[in-house]
Amino acid sequence: MSVLVYIENPKGNFKKAANELIFFGRSVADKMNVECHAVVLGSVSSFDAIQNAGAHKIHHFSDNSFDAFDSQQVAKIVDTAANAVGAKVIVVGHTANGKSILGRVAVRQNAGSVSGVNTMPTLDGGFKIKKGVFSGKATAEFEIKSDVKVLSLMGNSFQASDFDNTAEIVTDSSTNSDSSVTITDLSTVEGTVPLPEAELVVSAGRGMKGPENWGIIDELANELGATTACSRPVADIGWRPHHEHVGQTGVAIRPNLYIAAGISGAIQHLAGVNQSKTIVVINKDPEAPFFKAADYGICADLFDVVPKITEALKKYKANN
Amino acid sequence: MNLLVCISKTPETTAKIGFTDGDSKFNEEGVQFIMNPYDEWYALVRAIELKESVGGKVVAINVGPASNDVVIRKALAIGADEAVRINAEPQSAMTTAKYIADYAKSGDFDIVFLGKETIDYNGSEVGSMVAEYLDLPFFSYVSKLEMDGSKAIVTRDVEGGQETAEYTGAFVLSAAKGLAEQRIPNMRGIMMAKRKPLNVIEPSATEDLSVVVKYELPEAKSGVKMLDADDMDELVRLLHEEAKVI
Ligand SMILES: Cc1cc2nc3c(=O)[nH]c(=O)nc-3n(C[C@H](O)[C@H](O)[C@H](O)COP(=O)(O)OP(=O)(O)OC[C@H]3O[C@@H](n4cnc5c(N)ncnc54)[C@H](O)[C@@H]3O)c2cc1C
Ligand SMILES: Nc1ncnc2c1ncn2[C@@H]1O[C@H](COP(=O)(O)O)[C@@H](O)[C@H]1O
Repeated sequence: MSVLVYIENPKGNFKKAANELIFFGRSVADKMNVECHAVVLGSVSSFDAIQNAGAHKIHHFSDNSFDAFDSQQVAKIVDTAANAVGAKVIVVGHTANGKSILGRVAVRQNAGSVSGVNTMPTLDGGFKIKKGVFSGKATAEFEIKSDVKVLSLMGNSFQASDFDNTAEIVTDSSTNSDSSVTITDLSTVEGTVPLPEAELVVSAGRGMKGPENWGIIDELANELGATTACSRPVADIGWRPHHEHVGQTGVAIRPNLYIAAGISGAIQHLAGVNQSKTIVVINKDPEAPFFKAADYGICADLFDVVPKITEALKKYKANN
Repeated sequence: MNLLVCISKTPETTAKIGFTDGDSKFNEEGVQFIMNPYDEWYALVRAIELKESVGGKVVAINVGPASNDVVIRKALAIGADEAVRINAEPQSAMTTAKYIADYAKSGDFDIVFLGKETIDYNGSEVGSMVAEYLDLPFFSYVSKLEMDGSKAIVTRDVEGGQETAEYTGAFVLSAAKGLAEQRIPNMRGIMMAKRKPLNVIEPSATEDLSVVVKYELPEAKSGVKMLDADDMDELVRLLHEEAKVI
């Protein structure tokens, strides 16, 4: 018996989410007194980042035909690996690719599934686990009754830490993907943490007046090491790239810190950010609904306040 | 092209969320239900556009009770040609997917469209399950779909960007924002919808392997702390010492 985690390595590199997934898988495995195994597909530049993340064994299907993602092929490999290691719990990330294999693996394993979980399961009196529902307005506890369980883990739910064992890497170079899907382009922003993984996010909305004013947001984000996000209208009118749009129709995130400048806080916006641990709202309207969901509020002109926060951060960094 | 569009029903976005039966059931009282926005605005409309340009038919399918017929009629009013309702109260994504796939196998569908997720349970599970039952490729979070003869060119949203793929053959996709522009049903559509077929199918019983046992509402925020705009050192101090996020 074991817990199996499917780890993504976009463009050959492991992201922070990989460590968090393995940490979660290992913690569940420890609760069940079984081993934690990980599956990795395609090119890997280095295993260093995840070798102590908690897995006992990492099964690497190294053929570069797997670099092009095809949910059908990946699900097949994860399913086969799960059978080989007797996986009772299979965990994937709650990401575009993770979610596209979650259901496939569940069907193959005839397993009950819960997507977007954000807590550890409880095991006594049945396998139970929680996730946010109704766009973060409530939590639901699910019970999975099947022998095998499939989960996707919401990013930023746990703080990963290393374990004292080093994972054994088992390489399979002979299996390849026989995908009939052709990937012609993959364009993703490099150098910044993707929104669903970001611990710190600086976001702005229509209060910015125009795309030319975003410099102050970028400066604050740079100073913090934060990822930038935006409200929907701002992405719709093309002031910001579409992948930055958070909310009900965009990305749902749960960073440790969410700073919102010039965003009113409409319910559809809150739906994507209300699970953030700490929310700071900057708005010149004291009646802005966002203040009700905030931990810290500053009622003032953002063009005045945002640069001041950047300055205060610089000062703080210099003194610490 | 033969196109199947999966439509679901969800509480309206601003609905007040509450529970009954010892917090084990969603309280539907006074809640207004709508067609899931991803299904209505993007999946359904793109399917209708494709049919309009290359011919064929659009079938809308829902797994749910008779009270869902209102939502299904709306899909017909927007432009689906016919509809099917699998008469069951879905409890889990897998059961829903199984029913949809069983129906899809009986027709000769080129593309099965779903929404990227329902806005109530935010599951994003049904699509990949339908694809697996049908043994077809699955493209999730599709924000652009073009046909070049029999070849489909699909752009999907991934973390921090987009991926474009090409495929020839039947497939399943889940629709994200951008795939199409919302259409509002007109009077003629609403009148015609009344005469379009809505077939009801009784499913075989299937066991739900994953069910909700309890709901909770989040703890109320302790209230916002308003800060002086001229003292952002205080904000930084609080973020460090109190919130411990920097
Ligand atoms: C079905 C549906 C789904 C939706 N999904 C989403 C979604 O996923 N994400 C999303 O964000 N929205 C979504 N929306 C839209 C949402 O309802 C709001 O319209 C939107 O979030 C508003 O964006 P905003 O706050 O940037 O703009 P506005 O509502 O125009 O707010 C601008 C704010 O900036 C403040 N402001 C202006 N100037 C300054 C200044 N100089 N200094 C400080 N403050 C200033 C104003 O007081 C105001 O509060 C959805 C809507 C619907 C109907
Ligand atoms: N009861 C249902 N009947 C038909 N389609 C559904 C049903 N539930 C979900 N779907 C489809 O599956 C998509 C994803 O749903 P989910 O996996 O529940 O988030 C929805 O956007 C619909 O297209």
